[in-house]
Amino acid sequence: MTIEVRNIVKQFGSFRALDNVDLRVETGELMALLGPSGSGKTTLLRIIAGLDWPDSGSVAFDGEDALARGAAERHVGFVFQHYALFRHMSVFENVAFGLRVQPRKIRKTEVEIKKRVGDLLDLVQLGWLADRYPSQLSGGQRQRIALARALAIEPRILLLDEPFGALDAKVRKELRAWLRNLHEEIHVTSIFVTHDQEEALEVANRVVVMDRGKIEQIGSPGDVYEHPASAFVHSFIGESIVLPVDVQGGTVRLGERRLDLVAPASASGPSKLFVRRHDVTVGPSGSGVFEGAVKAVRAFGPMQRADVVLSNGHGDTLIEIDAPRDHSLKVGDRVGLQPQRYRIFADA
Amino acid sequence: MTMVATTPLRRSGRDVAVPALDAGAGRRAAHTEPAWVRLVIIGFAIAFLTVFVGLPLILVFSEALSKGIAFYLSALADSEALAAIQLTLIAAGISVGLNLVFGVIAAWAIAKFDFPGKTLLITLIDLPFSVSPVISGLVFVLLFGAQGWFGPWLMAHGVQILFAVPAIVLATTFVTFPFVARELIPLMQEQGQQEEEAAISLGAGGWTTFWRVTLPNIKWGLLYGVLLCNARAMGEFGAVSVVSGHIRGETNTMPLLVEILYNEYQMVAAFAVASLLALLALVTLIAKTVLEGRIEQGLQHHDH
Repeated sequence: MTIEVRNIVKQFGSFRALDNVDLRVETGELMALLGPSGSGKTTLLRIIAGLDWPDSGSVAFDGEDALARGAAERHVGFVFQHYALFRHMSVFENVAFGLRVQPRKIRKTEVEIKKRVGDLLDLVQLGWLADRYPSQLSGGQRQRIALARALAIEPRILLLDEPFGALDAKVRKELRAWLRNLHEEIHVTSIFVTHDQEEALEVANRVVVMDRGKIEQIGSPGDVYEHPASAFVHSFIGESIVLPVDVQGGTVRLGERRLDLVAPASASGPSKLFVRRHDVTVGPSGSGVFEGAVKAVRAFGPMQRADVVLSNGHGDTLIEIDAPRDHSLKVGDRVGLQPQRYRIFADA
Repeated sequence: MTMVATTPLRRSGRDVAVPALDAGAGRRAAHTEPAWVRLVIIGFAIAFLTVFVGLPLILVFSEALSKGIAFYLSALADSEALAAIQLTLIAAGISVGLNLVFGVIAAWAIAKFDFPGKTLLITLIDLPFSVSPVISGLVFVLLFGAQGWFGPWLMAHGVQILFAVPAIVLATTFVTFPFVARELIPLMQEQGQQEEEAAISLGAGGWTTFWRVTLPNIKWGLLYGVLLCNARAMGEFGAVSVVSGHIRGETNTMPLLVEILYNEYQMVAAFAVASLLALLALVTLIAKTVLEGRIEQGLQHHDH
């Protein structure tokens, strides 16, 4: 099942939650909507599910208008951040709910329902909890039951809203791998919302980066990390060294110092230079675009991390760099820094 | 299957070192008062409750039974008493039924939707709490009385509202309106609407969602509201007194009859009827305590 979202606008009072969003999700994809809170990712997910309605725009499933149907008729499995299990029902009844509320003519018999719920509980490996109540389960167990419940109706699309957001770090990691494997097994078109870049990059096969109601970039996890399309994406995904530079006619300056870097044609005037920390090579003084003095060195693991004060025309800029452990770095050393890869984006 | 095994909940808390408990042994915890202070405070509370709550209750029953159980029963079997009991049950039954429906609808609207005028609606629901019941009764006189807004029209069409059962039901309904809604609004707000959204995304329609998800979640709170609503409806005096007209055997509810009997120095009969109201209060109290426990549990089930 493909999902085609076109020109979606959603306004809450004076706050524009979604600003002309276009998105296409291919059959069998596992897509992540990644962005800070307030970026509109959950609103977009709820609109696809039918739990919210856009002010304008269209949503189509396999080319068929989805907005013409209510949430109950869309056949979309939805998993909530806080599980939303029915607290007065046992785990079995929770999973069976979607089967029991089907129209009488297509409703399964009690035997079939039992079989299907049993299969689903096996799929999420929690068959032994069938008679428990949600309050007796751990967070991770609740979320897996919520997933089994959503899958019971054989959804055409699976939507997960911050599915691991309420869990502690260790359980999150386990469930991440588990979700990826589960998706490989059932292969239903899936979208999950997260503000955790690691989660998005690790689980999804495509990532949509959102900010302030707009899509900043759509790409594979490798793409958005290696080739960020905007200053926002570069600073949001992965850690970056960010330096304020000035671009005039292709010449890049940091303060008074002219940098031997190539600016893209789109950058002019005040801009930001982005470099990943691991893309900076440390060498002797005079060996790189930047000059600096080592202020502090911290060694851990295979790397050492150093604070370096850059010397530029006016004022000092402190940046943090990584260097291999065997590279001799002492406080007070003068070093040359060469960015192997970098990006320059004009200030918005 | 290629799934990562997730281990069930491990209880690892057992081997965590327990901080030494005897650090402050020999000293009192900071919040513990000396024994005599505690005794005085507890004693005062018990004495106060005995005098102001316990004694009157015992007195009601001892007065009612002062001439023997036979006299007590005959006082209750009196036709005026029976009529009052019947009217009270009718008025309470109808008003509780109406407020049950109104209360659920109002609480649903307030807890689950945002709409202009929501604050106004919440304030309006509270109005019967803040207005004196006598004023509430007077409002109905102004509306339906001979000189009231609808009075002449009603009289022309032969509809009797004031000084008849309809006015008593209306006044009772008005005075007891907030109980169900007030109880449900915080409960439903606390529970949010995610379970309803989950039900709808699983294909359930509006009614199914209400019966299978919403109602089971609010049932104890609803019962609690109904209980308080009923207690107040049966015990209401002020508003009903204004609109009833005190027609003997016709428009007297139990509280009104108690007053009339008392004024006529029929002490035993007055206390006999009063004892029924007191009994209602006791039953309400016990049921309330049980329900409060249930609601507490229901909310704990909700923890996430």
